[in-house]
Amino acid sequence: MPPVFPPRSNTFARLSLLVIPLVLAVFIGAAVWYAHSPAVNKVGVNIPQPVAFPHSIHTSVVGLDCRYCHSSVDKSSFAGIPPTQTCMSCHSMVKMDSALLEPVRQSWETGQPITWNRVNDVPDFVYFNHQIHVKKGVGCETCHGRVDQMGTAVKAETLYMAWCLDCHREPEKFIRPVDQVYTMGYTPSEDQQIIGARLVEEYNLLPTQQLMNCSTCHR
Amino acid sequence: MTDDPHNSTPLSDLPSLRQQLASKKGKTYWRSLTELANSDAFEELVRQEFPRQANLLDSLNRRDFLKVLGASLAMAGLTACAPQDSNKIMPYVRPPEEVTPAQSQYFASSHILDGYARGVLVETTMGRPIKIDGNPRHPASLGGSDVFMQASLLELYDPERAQQVLNQSLPKTWADFLAALGDLRASLGQGENLRFLTGPVTSPTLQSQFLALGEQYPQARWYSFAPLERANFNAAANQAFGQIYEPVYQFSNADVVLSLDNDFMLTEPGHLRYSREFAQRHQPISNEGTMNRLYVVESSLTLTGSNADHRLAVEPALVEVFTAALAARMGIAGVTAPSGEVPGQSWLDPLVADLQRAGGSALVLAGDRQPPAVHAMVFAINQALGAVGSTVNFIDPLAFTPLAPETSLAQLVSEMNGGQVNTLIMLECNNPVYTAPADLDFGTALQKVNQSIYQGLFVDETAVAATWFIPGTHYLEMWGDARAFDGTTSLIQPVIQPLYAGKSPYELAAALLGQTDANGYDLVRQYWQTQPAGTGSFDAAWRDALSNGVLPGTAAQAAAGVAEVNTAAFTPTSQAAASDLSVVFEADPTIWDGRYSNNAWLQETPKPLTKLTWDNAAEISPETARQLELITGDVIEIVAGARTVEAAVLIVPGQPNRVINASLGYGRRTGGSVMSGLGFNAYALRESATPGFVTGVEIRKTGRTYPLATANDHWTMENRDLVRSATVEEYEANPNFAHEEEIPEANLLGEWEYPSVAWGMVINLNTCIGCNACVVACQAENNIPTVGKDQVARGREMHWLRIDRYYTGPIESPEVVYAPIPCMHCEKAPCEPVCPVEATSHSAEGINEMTYNRCVGTRYCANNCPYKVRRFNFYKYIDESILSLRPMRNPDVTVRSRGVMEKCTYCVQRVNHARIQAEVEGRPIRDGEVTTACQDACPTRAIVFGNIQDQDSQVRKLKDLPLNYGMLAELGTQPRTTYLAKVRNTNPLIEDQA
Repeated sequence: MPPVFPPRSNTFARLSLLVIPLVLAVFIGAAVWYAHSPAVNKVGVNIPQPVAFPHSIHTSVVGLDCRYCHSSVDKSSFAGIPPTQTCMSCHSMVKMDSALLEPVRQSWETGQPITWNRVNDVPDFVYFNHQIHVKKGVGCETCHGRVDQMGTAVKAETLYMAWCLDCHREPEKFIRPVDQVYTMGYTPSEDQQIIGARLVEEYNLLPTQQLMNCSTCHR
Repeated sequence: MTDDPHNSTPLSDLPSLRQQLASKKGKTYWRSLTELANSDAFEELVRQEFPRQANLLDSLNRRDFLKVLGASLAMAGLTACAPQDSNKIMPYVRPPEEVTPAQSQYFASSHILDGYARGVLVETTMGRPIKIDGNPRHPASLGGSDVFMQASLLELYDPERAQQVLNQSLPKTWADFLAALGDLRASLGQGENLRFLTGPVTSPTLQSQFLALGEQYPQARWYSFAPLERANFNAAANQAFGQIYEPVYQFSNADVVLSLDNDFMLTEPGHLRYSREFAQRHQPISNEGTMNRLYVVESSLTLTGSNADHRLAVEPALVEVFTAALAARMGIAGVTAPSGEVPGQSWLDPLVADLQRAGGSALVLAGDRQPPAVHAMVFAINQALGAVGSTVNFIDPLAFTPLAPETSLAQLVSEMNGGQVNTLIMLECNNPVYTAPADLDFGTALQKVNQSIYQGLFVDETAVAATWFIPGTHYLEMWGDARAFDGTTSLIQPVIQPLYAGKSPYELAAALLGQTDANGYDLVRQYWQTQPAGTGSFDAAWRDALSNGVLPGTAAQAAAGVAEVNTAAFTPTSQAAASDLSVVFEADPTIWDGRYSNNAWLQETPKPLTKLTWDNAAEISPETARQLELITGDVIEIVAGARTVEAAVLIVPGQPNRVINASLGYGRRTGGSVMSGLGFNAYALRESATPGFVTGVEIRKTGRTYPLATANDHWTMENRDLVRSATVEEYEANPNFAHEEEIPEANLLGEWEYPSVAWGMVINLNTCIGCNACVVACQAENNIPTVGKDQVARGREMHWLRIDRYYTGPIESPEVVYAPIPCMHCEKAPCEPVCPVEATSHSAEGINEMTYNRCVGTRYCANNCPYKVRRFNFYKYIDESILSLRPMRNPDVTVRSRGVMEKCTYCVQRVNHARIQAEVEGRPIRDGEVTTACQDACPTRAIVFGNIQDQDSQVRKLKDLPLNYGMLAELGTQPRTTYLAKVRNTNPLIEDQA
């Protein structure tokens, strides 16, 4: 009886030992790359909004503080999206005829809220609190990037758990004086390691073992 | 439905069970007869505790199983990789005042049950009510709550609430109704053929509207009916004193309490306060004075009876015999000692001595199941003891009583049948077609009425039968006012716009008066503006009343000059033959009189004593079951005179012999999908002459069985020494009786360090009355789903906190100990090392954390937990497709999906909230700043939570008491939840517990 497998099968078998792990590695690599690509994490991706709100003009040119619109950022877990009323407090006098502002005026007249698309979002099992971060010296910029240079808001960081933990493990690398929290383009006046360590002490930050508890963010 | 081993309790073996129990040394605690018998069925139940899903896969062969497994693995993998959906944010257009996004606000309001107010604080977030607790400033709640108050949140969001005005069951609008009402009003004349039917109404505004209606229609007549009203008490008071009074009890003054069939911990309008005052003094270490003693003589096993120091279970008709013997022994004029045998003969002398020694600090109360003669004797006994003015006060009636009290529903029905009623208006009246005595046949009589108007929350039996049905508003949606059991007035303020366009009773009453566009706010405010003002401005007083939840100084004064009772004027009730069976009717501890039938939280709450869910049953004692040859689950036909009903049997140790206990409110067919087809309708046996109990009952076996889902033997801990109790004498002789086991010192696991706080909890078994408020509060706070009857029968209920009810002592008259079991948050937690993915971990504050997004559902942790407190989400029990329930959920707690283990977290969301507040304010967390949901709900304050590292904290001080013990501490788990052992204040002169 002739052999079932011809001799060249051996070559195939040896080759497959090489090819299969290679294909797997490429596949896994591609999956990992994809998971960290903007297609998934949305970092730097422009998200269309009903009103093309230019953050840059309002902060850099007009000089508004972050809290003028995101007024609950230091009072609540949620930073707050401004009600139409906040827009109209200026735009009932400024740029009254701008076509860009039509949805705002419409909302004001009909009482229907403007539906914004969320830019920075964490999964529902993550409980992030703005108030405590702002009070303990985490700058807006640290997570949201140079908003003063953005048009409509763009996600600046992945907001992945590993990224959160970078700071929860070593807050001294990131925190800044509380009076600089709302500053854009902040540079530490001395070495961040030194100022950071001092601030961690001064602000009485929880020990990292407590900051690293699962229930700090998940409940 | 599975073959539940409960259904095969071997009761033929009762004598041997008794012997077995008697032969055991020391105190034995047991939860069910099945456990006691340690039968094969029970072993099987225990063995199956976790792999209960096995019987789900019966129909699945190996190949299909592998397919399903493969598919679910693939999908589980994919869900983790999918990019998040982009979400929308919709800000306000004009922001409401004082709303900070994602921050809770609290509003004072009043929860109404049968007319009486209990103050509540409603937590709302972004305008959505998400939690209800008692208002500490309100005298009827003192911050505590009951299951009804807690679960009224689900009632608000119930998608099956009535949403439409109906005329002959056809949808109409409010405008249609107003047009028809205009015509109707024109034809009413002086109201000769107009009748009103209301429940108990204590609202001052509504009462003033009723009086205005009475002036407009002077010939109209008013009737009042509620299935659980104080009819016998009122009748007795009316005859004895010449007028109706309402009783207000002062348990804080009571050293000795005797309850004669009065379940004051559940059914009295002041039950939350009574429970608190009683429990504060029912512990050996108390700041409130010496330990009180509770005697209960009762005809069913009730919450109050289960908390008694001495309990006597008798047939309902024998309570009167006992009372007469007691009164005669105390020398009450006009009472002759009963000639026949008296139950509890051995009690009488020690009891009389105890009562007389306490004198004015004694309190005797009778339940409304008992006839007026019993109440009259109780009045006389209290007067003789000097208790009136000390432990009991009489106040003028709070509920609206427009007619003489003897005018009953029966008279209204005879008028309806006689064609004298053209128009019947049912306002603030709960479903009379279903709840009215069966002999009156209210539903048929209603068809003879030309025009009937009914308002309710659900399209129930009465709504279908009435000409016009107006959907009502939930109390969280309306303005109103009401009075508490002691007369204190509080306001009802809405916390949300009506979800389903209902009208409040105030608005309906105004429409009847011709004010068709009146709104509740104006009506209530206008009424109070006409009332004599205090010193300040009305607006300031109004704001204060809304903010505090009570109107100061509105408590009723004790009536002066209450006449001496002449008991001779009351004819004793003739006694039934001793061999007869009787049926007692009682308020259901989870759905009351049936009004909460559609509430899944309440349906799934295990009833305090039977642990039955989703049904009621004909509850009988083991001895009666043996005599009648019945076992749990048998369907019997109960025949009371001309009335019959079929019911499933449930054997309940502690139930008096020859008595069938039937709770009201089940067996409904109309009004919602949750309630439909559950249990049996006890109202079908209840006649106007026998509202409390009916004697001379027969039963017939049908040969069929009905599956009952009890949570009784679920999560059993197999005869280990879990609850501990002693008498006062034993405690005084050995204060350390509760912790005599050896606690291992060494442990393989390392020591934890706690940089700031270490949380812990103490549960006081002395003050826990087993009422379940904590269970439902936990459900509301932590988004815990209900699973349904079928899943409960499989042991998959999701309650994070359960209350174990243990029996100890003889089967006929066992003592009861309740033990609420949350997660113990062990210092050396057995669940933590076995988790392969570190989904459960130990926090730096001592909390045993559960991280749902990490959990892969191996369930190793649950298998390794000696306390059986972990719950596995077998299906996605929360139905997210029900849109109306979405806003109800607590936004601070993850909604868990299937395949995830969950358990008590010590309300870690509240801990985090308090920690953030403290950090922001730059101070440590204060003692008492973090309270768990169960702690807040507890009417008796049996649960205390706090930092056990702080030597001054309340929880630390309790843990240092000699009564403190850790459950299963001998395993070395070092539980953070510990218990204060129960101490009973038994009377040493009463030897026999029978």
